[in-house]
Amino acid sequence: MMVQKLALSGDEAIAYAVKQCDVDLVAAYPITPQTIIVEKISEFVANGEFDGEFIPVESEHSALSTCVGGSLTGARVFTATASQGLALMHEILYAASGLRTPIVMAIVNRALNSPLSIHNDHADMMGSRDCGWIQIYVENVQEAYDRIIFSFKLAEREDVLLPVTVNLDAFFLSHNVESVELIEDGVVKKFLGRPKRKYRLDPDEPYSFGAMAYPWNCFEFKYQQVVAMRNAYKAFDEVEDEFSKISGRKYGKLGKYWTDDADYLMFIMGSSAGTAKYAARLMRQEGLKVGVVSVKLYRPFPEKEILEVLEGKKGIAVMDRSISFGAPTPPLASDIRSVMFANDMKVPMMSFVYGMGGRDFSVQDARNIFEMLMKKDPSEYPKETIYYGVKA
Amino acid sequence: MSYKPIRTLFELPTEENLAPGHRMCSGCGVTVGVRQILLAAPKDVIVVTATGCLEVSTVAYPYTAWRCPWVHVAFENAAAVASGIEAALKALERKGYGKRHPVIAFGGDGGTYDIGIQALSGALERGHRFLYVCYDNEAYMNTGIQRSGGTPYGTWTTTTPFGKVRPGKTEVKKNLMGIVVAHGIPYAATASISHWKDLMNKVRKALSCDGPSFIHLLTPCNRGWRFDPAQTIRIAKLAVETRYFPLYEVENGVYRITVPVPRPKPIEEFIKAQGRLRHLLRPEYADALATFKKQVEDYYSYVEMMTKATSSK
Amino acid sequence: MKVKELEEHPTFAAVLPPATSEEYDTTGWRAFKPVVDKEKCTGCLICWVYCPEPAIIRTPDRKIEFDYKHCKGCGICEVECPVKAIKMVKEV
Repeated sequence: MMVQKLALSGDEAIAYAVKQCDVDLVAAYPITPQTIIVEKISEFVANGEFDGEFIPVESEHSALSTCVGGSLTGARVFTATASQGLALMHEILYAASGLRTPIVMAIVNRALNSPLSIHNDHADMMGSRDCGWIQIYVENVQEAYDRIIFSFKLAEREDVLLPVTVNLDAFFLSHNVESVELIEDGVVKKFLGRPKRKYRLDPDEPYSFGAMAYPWNCFEFKYQQVVAMRNAYKAFDEVEDEFSKISGRKYGKLGKYWTDDADYLMFIMGSSAGTAKYAARLMRQEGLKVGVVSVKLYRPFPEKEILEVLEGKKGIAVMDRSISFGAPTPPLASDIRSVMFANDMKVPMMSFVYGMGGRDFSVQDARNIFEMLMKKDPSEYPKETIYYGVKA
Repeated sequence: MSYKPIRTLFELPTEENLAPGHRMCSGCGVTVGVRQILLAAPKDVIVVTATGCLEVSTVAYPYTAWRCPWVHVAFENAAAVASGIEAALKALERKGYGKRHPVIAFGGDGGTYDIGIQALSGALERGHRFLYVCYDNEAYMNTGIQRSGGTPYGTWTTTTPFGKVRPGKTEVKKNLMGIVVAHGIPYAATASISHWKDLMNKVRKALSCDGPSFIHLLTPCNRGWRFDPAQTIRIAKLAVETRYFPLYEVENGVYRITVPVPRPKPIEEFIKAQGRLRHLLRPEYADALATFKKQVEDYYSYVEMMTKATSSK
Repeated sequence: MKVKELEEHPTFAAVLPPATSEEYDTTGWRAFKPVVDKEKCTGCLICWVYCPEPAIIRTPDRKIEFDYKHCKGCGICEVECPVKAIKMVKEV
């Protein structure tokens, strides 16, 4: 197998993956920093390299609506957005998951207005975290490319049939150029196949989609989505195994770095996991027992894996790049605390909000946080979230 | 435009894509229109419906009244959903995975004039091959008769009641056809459920276009307009005969009045037949009545003028 | 009954097979019901094309019959019949 390597930005890598996935319909609206994805796909269209339909719609609301309509015909559908665009789609996110359309969407995570910022944080996805979509976060450009292909396979499984978001950090990944190993076109095509959908808009078998449900049956349909999420959790590892066979790469629900013998862990999502890992590596050279957990699968939440990795740790830092205003802790910290409480596990935890609106998170910052964990007596960890680095 | 015109009712199919047992109100004008449209359309049509009366009343789980593939996603996006279906089928056909089918989207006046105008404009501009039907009952009837951009001046609704200082709605009915036609689509037409042949042939023409088409259909609502359900077709007919709702089409930019009304009936006949407008005949609303009348006259003259202006095209 | 099955075993994503509404009975919606005088009826189908349900059945003898399970008694057919062959009579 000839391995092709290209220098690509995160956005470009995603466009390449979409081209290889035999996608039938892309409907998208430009928004910084997602624009390169739609521009690159448009280029493929202009050069006859993309065989699907590209619909440059008039808003993100219509982008996702167009995708839902397209997906219900049985077609393979992709879209991409960021920030305000995701917020505008919010209503249709629930329709897409409720109608069980296996759409794959790249979200270039960007802050939400106001104040207006085009830079990275996770407020956009976290604001829609209960929308019934599988949510994957990536750490680097290679992972962004791989996860698009992986996500179609996962989404289209008959026992799953849920939409998936692939989240990549604005600029840090979307515009950052890295060397990417591409999988051969034919291999991707064969890997995905064309799973037949039992229910689709087809005059030969005319079904009605999107019914109104009364209180005596609406709950049942919502519960079906709960079951599908559970199935997705199980299917995730299977699909990873299959994917590793064609790519030689496997990421896991959690990316674990020096975790086995660590005393202190940092839980973090997205590109800053790489920064944290580098800090941990340097600290390991000094004999300090620190490790990093990169939470790659956020919904369904990897409870079992989190519990396993927490076993026997002295203290943890949970890093959120979003704020849940007025809540006891931000989203990831709340989730981890809830998992621990439900399982009678009490690893001392500090919750941090960092890097809002694209504020840089440096190796030194990661080191500072590890040092806070190590220096303080775990029984004296502050209960309140620390807004790391903010000028108050 | 090449299409097979309908001449008699006997040539229409006996099997319909809308089944009975739906829960639209007794005497509803919308389903009269939907039936006529689907009778004129090919059997293999795919229907998209915006949130509204037609949606909630035809598909309440486990009951659906549709025999054709049907989908509802949200209120403001019927045109976008239809775009997606059309484009996806096009790709599937090209790749040998599927086949194209005609697509019809139905939206009410709220879902078209107001909340859905952006999605409609986008879909028309992009040139998708589909028919969008605005079934206009001139207010948000599903939520209980609130005013929309399609509600005419002087009309009583629950959010524009008439009172000591207001005659009902104080704004004019938006020129929806003007907006649609401005997109330069191949075909747009107005229609009334009372003129079935006119409507059905417009549907045939619309579906023969290789691009977007639009039908603005007047569908009287006995609950919201306040009249006896048995009078639904009569009221729709009066709307045409009094020039309140001119029936015309715009084919590649050329206007044509399809049902000319050389000697209109007095507008008062249309007004007095409906509880939502009847107050305009009281002396205290004389000014409002004059405004209402002038708007009706102006709109008909506008259509006549456009017909004349585009006749040499 | 198909709908009973659908109630008890909710379908995938509330997807519905076609025309299950035929099982829904709206007899109780009506205070008056239409009756056709078959002698007078010319079979012109005007009532049929203006019925909102549809609850008017075209018969092979080119006349019409009413589907009383689905007729809501609106009376449009009585008003629109060009030969006055339809009468609305009070339900008992």
